[in-house]
Amino acid sequence: MNIAVAIDSVPQSAVPSASEAGPAPKRIVVAYGFWIFLLSDIIMFAALFASYAVLVHSTAGGPTGARLFNQSTVAIETVCLLFSSYTCGLMSLAINSRNRLGMYLGAVITFALGAAFLTLEVREFTEMIARGATPQRSAFLSAFFTLVGCHGLHVTLGLIWLMVMMVQVPVMGFVASVQHRLLCFSLFWHALDIVWVGVFTVVYLIGVSP
Amino acid sequence: MTDVRYDRAPGDTPSEEMQTGASSEALIYTIGLLVALILTATSFWVANTSLLWEGGVGLGLAVLAIAQMGIHLVFFLHLTTGPDSTNNVLALAFGLLIVFVVVVGSIWIVSDLNQNMLMPSAGPMSIGAQH
Repeated sequence: MNIAVAIDSVPQSAVPSASEAGPAPKRIVVAYGFWIFLLSDIIMFAALFASYAVLVHSTAGGPTGARLFNQSTVAIETVCLLFSSYTCGLMSLAINSRNRLGMYLGAVITFALGAAFLTLEVREFTEMIARGATPQRSAFLSAFFTLVGCHGLHVTLGLIWLMVMMVQVPVMGFVASVQHRLLCFSLFWHALDIVWVGVFTVVYLIGVSP
Repeated sequence: MTDVRYDRAPGDTPSEEMQTGASSEALIYTIGLLVALILTATSFWVANTSLLWEGGVGLGLAVLAIAQMGIHLVFFLHLTTGPDSTNNVLALAFGLLIVFVVVVGSIWIVSDLNQNMLMPSAGPMSIGAQH
């Protein structure tokens, strides 16, 4: 009895630090490793941003960004991706409270908004190519299609990942490994939205501002 | 709750807020969404208005974008300055250093090369190379 009281009254500062207690739980290790991957992915995007910024005026007599880009499409794409990031956050809250209905609802809305973004982007690309603005036309267009296409590819992979997770949850249940994957997915999806903020600012707004 | 103070997984909410329930966490996401929407709308307005000085538009857009990225990091990825988040912030800081070096370094070097090489009649810079 006395011992229990004594243990209860140990001040908060006497809690052992993480280095004394051994390895961290797997959730932390997995998420931290994925965080490192995301940062390396963002560094890759930085290289693509740098090449775009360097080549943006090398149009070789071809069309410039101001003549090709449609800002209302970009605004709709931005809002789609921002809201899908929001619903992805609400989905992770539903996962933390084991709310299956909320999770499926969040996943469906996230997927629909991501798919809407991708549809608009593919339509924009096909319209540009139909007007002769292909990646082969100029260095500016090569850099544009590489940067924006790489982001679109990431969104595509994220949508496939989300579909796989929505199969794994009913099949495997809320086991720890599935929860780790869902945490990594939400990190990935938020990071893609952060990259898109850079894309719409650098490519679509600064490039065509009057 | 665990007895050991481990670091926090990136993307997880701080532990004090985990106890207060999901409604306040949803509020955090909603605040982030609203602020991000306002910043996005401001960006599009700044890019299209003729009220502002043209020379400052690019810088203003860059500031708005960086602010929105910060909002995403704080409200969506729950990055804090707390001790359990130090490793996440340090990794991010290193990543940002590399991003800065790659982007600014590339633009600086190539604009310098353009100035020195692409203007044959530009002046004293190209004397040695021309004749």
